[in-house]
Amino acid sequence: MAPEAISDLEFRHLTKRYGEVEAVSGIDLSVPKGAFLAILGPSGCGKTTCLRMIGGFEQPTEGEVRIAGQVVNGIPAYQRPVNMVFQHYALFPHMNVAENVGYGLRQMRPRLPSTEIDRRVGEALEMVRLGSFAKRRTHEMSGGQQQRVALARAIVNRPKILLLDEPLAALDKKLRGDMQLELLQLQRELGITFVLVTHDQEEALSMADLVCVMSAGRISQLGTPQEVYDHPTDLFVADFVGKTNRIPVTVDGGVLRLADGRALPGASALHGSAIAALRPEAIRIARAGDGLPGTVTHRIFLGSFAEYAVAVPGIGDILVTTDRRGATEADLIAPGEAVCLTYDPAAVLVFPQ
Amino acid sequence: MRVFLSAVYLFLYAPIALVVVFSFNAGRSATQMTGFSLQWYGKALSNVFLTDALKTSLIVAFTSAALAAVFGTMAAMGMERLGPRLRAVFDGMLAAAIVVPGVVIGIATLVALAGLFGVINPVLAELSSTAPQFQMGYLSLIAAHGLFSMALVAMIVKARIASLSRDIVEASYDLYAPPFATFFQIVLPQLRPSILAGFLMSFTFSFDDFIIAFFVAGAKTTLPMYVFASIRRGVTPEINAIATMVLVASLILIALAWLLMRERKPHAA
Ligand SMILES: Nc1ncnc2c1ncn2[C@@H]1O[C@H](COP(=O)(O)OP(=O)(O)OP(=O)(O)O)[C@@H](O)[C@H]1O
Ligand SMILES: [Mg+2]
Repeated sequence: MAPEAISDLEFRHLTKRYGEVEAVSGIDLSVPKGAFLAILGPSGCGKTTCLRMIGGFEQPTEGEVRIAGQVVNGIPAYQRPVNMVFQHYALFPHMNVAENVGYGLRQMRPRLPSTEIDRRVGEALEMVRLGSFAKRRTHEMSGGQQQRVALARAIVNRPKILLLDEPLAALDKKLRGDMQLELLQLQRELGITFVLVTHDQEEALSMADLVCVMSAGRISQLGTPQEVYDHPTDLFVADFVGKTNRIPVTVDGGVLRLADGRALPGASALHGSAIAALRPEAIRIARAGDGLPGTVTHRIFLGSFAEYAVAVPGIGDILVTTDRRGATEADLIAPGEAVCLTYDPAAVLVFPQ
Repeated sequence: MRVFLSAVYLFLYAPIALVVVFSFNAGRSATQMTGFSLQWYGKALSNVFLTDALKTSLIVAFTSAALAAVFGTMAAMGMERLGPRLRAVFDGMLAAAIVVPGVVIGIATLVALAGLFGVINPVLAELSSTAPQFQMGYLSLIAAHGLFSMALVAMIVKARIASLSRDIVEASYDLYAPPFATFFQIVLPQLRPSILAGFLMSFTFSFDDFIIAFFVAGAKTTLPMYVFASIRRGVTPEINAIATMVLVASLILIALAWLLMRERKPHAA
């Protein structure tokens, strides 16, 4: 086996059952060293369970977890070379910031010299920009600061894999954006494999090298953010990752037909009833022209872009987003106006119903 | 309504206030204040019978509270690992142990210990004629108080364990600390205030207890027993002085315990 074929993290037919409930159903996954993996999926799909099996807080019912090529089934959390950033931070309330961050280093046997511990704690705090907070009590800090302490406490140990369970869910939007950038920078600097669990698709797409979309204990798709967004393997992924218009069609000799018999631009190799999926940003909206005629029913102004809901006879509501770049006040279409929708037929994805 | 409430408080606290006031009486009378003096405190503290009883009480209270703190905490930790069914049973038994009347605990402990000694002592005598014989005294007092206090500590510590987040224990495991190290570095510091509170409450309970002690004290005399015995010879300001000292000590300990139990800074969830 070539050295680059050894991945930092591997699942082999991994299954976890809690009594009757199958939380994770036989999944296979391989993450290359130094990658940023995002596990994305709706609530209850088994994301946290996967993470906890990597961390050693749960043992698999079947299958294996491998870290750096070694099976770690049965090895307790305290002997695994991975660290976790908990969703609610889980800082030790009776220790100050520096004591929290140095906790992992103080457990190492043989013992590390205390000067070494102090130096590494200082470095880690600098990395998360908390250099001047070493003596602070953790409950005297803001949510974002506590988050950074939790991060420093994990990375100071230089784990092989850093696990993050929805670490940014409790932060406000602005802070979340900042932290996403910081996390990304940190990951590039350290070269550690990151596994981030999230149900926020934007977060997954913007941060990860590799996105694993899960649904009901299984992997629906594993791929780069572009692959997952542009070529979703099924309707669930198309729906969950980004917004999608779902148009029921009948495929007849490669042609897509609407319920009223009209042809819809696009093509498919399927036969019979199907769903055509079309991204809102792939549609162009104009006051006149050829294409699907409709009427604007709502407009949501979102700053840098606008979102329209257009009632198209024979289809229903279609969502369209437009970039405002170069657009003038006059280009904004008001609810009630008649419009015409066009799109590149290649942008239509057709899935079996 | 307000009058009624005032009356209740008056009846509750007036007798106690009288005891405190008369402990400072200059004269012998327990009904007529003739001036202020601390002489009865001096008398009380130089009475050998009394200081002996005080010493017994302190030894019993400290030992039984210490034992209760250790074993009560262990019981609370153990109960954490039980299944929900069994746990409900043990929870119930713990609560029951606390409401069992002192008379019953006293008799039960007396009978049990007497039975036990009845078996052990002949064996000891058989082994050697100079072997010590078990009898009622420190051992039975500490055992009886310790058993009751253990339930008290277990109750208090259990409430704290329940509010302890599982997350920080897992975070400790995640940071390479095995269960033993996690217990001493993370769990114990979190439980310390409630264990100490349990210890103080146990101490106070043992120090004040008369009923249970009356049954199992054997030849020993605890402070409440001494007070009871001397009251038969009439209430003196000396007794009032003792009562006041016990009252103040108890109040301080209970207040400390209470402070320890509620001094919990809320930390971000
Ligand atoms: N300890 C447990 N005992 C029983 N069932 C569990 C346990 N932990 C998780 N489950 C079940 O397993 C399934 C997956 O749970 P998991 O926590 O992995 O979901 P998740 O994807 O992390 O969801 P969320 O986004 O809400 O955090 C759920 O149906 C859940 O109810
Ligand atoms: Mg989860």
